[in-house]
Amino acid sequence: MIKSLLLLPLASGVMAFLMRGDAPRRQLLLWTARLHFLLTALVIYTRLASGEQAEVSAWFGYDSLGVFFLGITSLLFLGASHYAVAYLASEKRDPGEDFGDGSIFTNAPEAVFTGCLLLFLASMTAVTASRHMGLLWASVEATTLLSAPLIYFHRHRRSLEATWKYLLICSVGIALALMGNLFLGAAGLKTGAGLDVGGLLAKAALLDKPLLKAAFLFLFVGYGTKMGISPFHTWLPDAHSEAPAVVSALLSGALLNCAFLGILRANAVCARAGLADFTGGILVIFGLFSLVTAALFMLGQRDYKRMLAYSSIEHMGILALGAGLGGGALFASMLGALSHSLTKAGLFFTSGSVLASEKTKRISEVSGLWRRAPRTAALWLAGFFLITGMPPSGIFLSKFLILKEAIALKDYWLAGAYLFFLALLFAGMARVFIGMTFGERAAKPGEKPYAEPGGMLAPAAAFFICVILAGLFIPGWLNALMKAAALNAAGGI
Amino acid sequence: MHTFAELTIVFIVLLDLSLAVAGSLSYCIKLVALQGVVAGLLPLLAASGAPHARAVLFAAVIVGLKGAVFPWLLMRARDKSGARKDVEPLISYPASILLCLGAFVAASWLGSRLPLPETHVAWIVPASLATIFTGFLLITTRSKAISQVLGYLVIENGIYIFGLALFVEQPMMVELAILLDVFVAVFVMGIAIFHISREFDHIDTAELSELNDWRRGEYGK
Amino acid sequence: MEIVKPISQYLAVMILSPLLPGVINRVKAFFAGRQGPPLLQLYYDLYKLFNKTPVYSRTTTWVFRAGPVAGVAALVTALAVLPFAGRPSFLAFDGDFIFIIYLLGLARFATVLAALDTGSAFEGMGSSREMQFAVFSEPAFFLGLAALARITGHTSLPGMFAALTGDTWRAAAPVLALLTVSFFIVLLAENSRVPADDPNTHLELTMIHEAMALDHSGPDLGYILYGASLKLWLFGSLIGSMLLPHSGSWACDCGLFVLLMLCVAVGVGLVESVMARLRLINVPYMLITAFAFSALALIFQMGRPVKG
Repeated sequence: MIKSLLLLPLASGVMAFLMRGDAPRRQLLLWTARLHFLLTALVIYTRLASGEQAEVSAWFGYDSLGVFFLGITSLLFLGASHYAVAYLASEKRDPGEDFGDGSIFTNAPEAVFTGCLLLFLASMTAVTASRHMGLLWASVEATTLLSAPLIYFHRHRRSLEATWKYLLICSVGIALALMGNLFLGAAGLKTGAGLDVGGLLAKAALLDKPLLKAAFLFLFVGYGTKMGISPFHTWLPDAHSEAPAVVSALLSGALLNCAFLGILRANAVCARAGLADFTGGILVIFGLFSLVTAALFMLGQRDYKRMLAYSSIEHMGILALGAGLGGGALFASMLGALSHSLTKAGLFFTSGSVLASEKTKRISEVSGLWRRAPRTAALWLAGFFLITGMPPSGIFLSKFLILKEAIALKDYWLAGAYLFFLALLFAGMARVFIGMTFGERAAKPGEKPYAEPGGMLAPAAAFFICVILAGLFIPGWLNALMKAAALNAAGGI
Repeated sequence: MHTFAELTIVFIVLLDLSLAVAGSLSYCIKLVALQGVVAGLLPLLAASGAPHARAVLFAAVIVGLKGAVFPWLLMRARDKSGARKDVEPLISYPASILLCLGAFVAASWLGSRLPLPETHVAWIVPASLATIFTGFLLITTRSKAISQVLGYLVIENGIYIFGLALFVEQPMMVELAILLDVFVAVFVMGIAIFHISREFDHIDTAELSELNDWRRGEYGK
Repeated sequence: MEIVKPISQYLAVMILSPLLPGVINRVKAFFAGRQGPPLLQLYYDLYKLFNKTPVYSRTTTWVFRAGPVAGVAALVTALAVLPFAGRPSFLAFDGDFIFIIYLLGLARFATVLAALDTGSAFEGMGSSREMQFAVFSEPAFFLGLAALARITGHTSLPGMFAALTGDTWRAAAPVLALLTVSFFIVLLAENSRVPADDPNTHLELTMIHEAMALDHSGPDLGYILYGASLKLWLFGSLIGSMLLPHSGSWACDCGLFVLLMLCVAVGVGLVESVMARLRLINVPYMLITAFAFSALALIFQMGRPVKG
């Protein structure tokens, strides 16, 4: 089953490059996403039903942690594919006009876009399925390379700049993770643990501690760069703001999680080797620092897609914080990963509609959105409440659980700082969202009425409903899966 | 044979230093290619006894990729971008070389502090760390996009040598996957450089500064 | 009896060193397809100069007259410390490599002061350049000798070079190779050879070392020329001693050593024949390269366990 899960998007991706017609290619994208989701559901089902690992080879296999992140990725891609089809249809109608200087730009060929999208899915699936740290590294690097053409879909100068920064910073960052892998291998050299996750976990107690620490540091910096942990986050706002909305959604919702998975794998090995305090300390410090960075940059933000990007940095910080605190916070981290992915993807989808309506990404030039595009405005506002953690939502629950854990650990300073920066972020984002949604709207000359494309809004609405439901009631199977995933992330088998 | 391997290591460090002072892009590309080839041959030199067929095959792949394919790709990117042929460093050459030497001192110190397994080839750990640092130096202090790709490759060379020093033998499949990734990275970066030169009429990354948080909104005006 | 060998070594140095510039010039002439000056040209020149009466400008003081004498005296002392063919000289002591560096510095200082004393613009320019390059070459030289001390575990020059046997080479070949290259670059720069400086230039603006000697005449100029040949011997013998295979017999070693010195001179001549002079602003780069080599050698050496 894992084989077909990996091969399906790979084969479809190659096919998408070769296909000529746009319509069948879009159908291919849709059906691949649906089939992938179905297979994922099947994997999750067998995982929960049998409770044992579906291992096909030494390379690929699924534990609960991998399955959980695979689920997020697949669900997100399903929504993204539906959005992408509607988006590509509308892109074909409007030739691109640069919002900055008004120059006309072209888009990348649709075959390249769709093909890369599918291959991107394949590489992310490989990340979640990797049972070998070396292979995990190679897959994460592959995600960078395959998503770079996606960011450069609109062929203008700013997206090119963003693509270049993304490519270079992430590639160099990931190269450091390779160093981490080497350290990890050296730590287990005497015991013959290799780099395979199972072997490392089994022999964790025998690993050389100082080398293991070095390995974790490098892996953290490497995958942290990809995950958008401050201060290695500099590529993230640029890439998220310049990519098409669907790509931003996938980057933010799926790709960052994949990098987080890399960190969690390293964390699991270290925790099992008795270094939980060391790794926890690092995760907490950098998590909090990401929160601070996001809060500060949020206040003066003038671009709403960049604002969403900083919000992603914030949530990655929270995830790292949760992982660092451990215990119940790790579970909260899992819930946060799921809810953030869905909410942020929904918000990016909505931002695509906002952009299509307003033709600008500047916050100060958008107001009174509800008069022109009421459904978009409603989703925009709903997304705001969800992402800032208003109850009921999965994000509220995860943020609350992390706070609870911090207080339970008697870390009052941390809890206080955490609350303070969350409040700051709320204030910063409230200003933007409320200003954009309400207020008077000056009709621009020659503006055509905006027909809100249902295909672009439906996935966002569906995701938001899921998040709200997760805040109200977590089904038993999901609860079990997240618990098992949290256990895996803390070094349990 | 170890003296020979040591000589090779010294040669790699000298290549680092010459990269720090090399002024012309094509010369830099050749130096990086040479370094990659030397690093690729290193395991054959350091090994005692007859090398395995697997090691020979792998070395051949590395030499072919780093010695022929990468320089070709980069030379093509350089020609197509019509860039000025020098690297235009942001700091002076003596400063570069002093930074490199400083890095080597720090790397030696670090290499002696790290609780690494005993290596039988002296200086291999400091040399690899210094190479990685040189890569960072190229990325941060050279303004041309091609130099940054070169810096990435130098970092990759350094990490490869570091892996040799630690005796971490990754399975063939992983090694090949890593190589494939590096290859695709260079390929994609090469395409990006081509687009940058077409869009901006230069490949000077210091001028890719439209995207930031503070001067947002002034673009195009 | 034991004192005879060092004394005869010393005398040999004093007598043989003016031969080196002659060899270099012959090599250059050979490559340029010319006949070239006779091998012993410098001896004739010295003889001629010492028979002349010096001319002194009225603006100069005793500093000007003392300069050449002090310079040559410093070098004569330095050579009394330097080993010959791996055999100690009569002045050798522990830590003498630092003494030699300071003697060289003293010689430079005397020459520069004398040049500045004339008050001429050209000589001022030459002095300024000389000092500027010294800033780069001295650390290179010093670090190189320090690395050598580290490799051999001795702090006196004879000790270092006596310990440089084939075994040392086998154990530390990369380091020693780096040092040899570094010393050779320093030799070229310190002795104002191409590519750092052109000893044959006739244009005062491009001169470095020659510019400082413009106003000297008669025996003073003779001292300067003789001092230059001693300095060439000094640096050449460092390289020669490094490369010298030790056979054990004194006569054999000495013969080989003199041969090696001639080879070094031929090498310098070769470099001068095939290379053009560097632009002035690039000369520091060349010296930084030497510095980098010496520093690398030292760092490499620190990275391995100290020998005995």
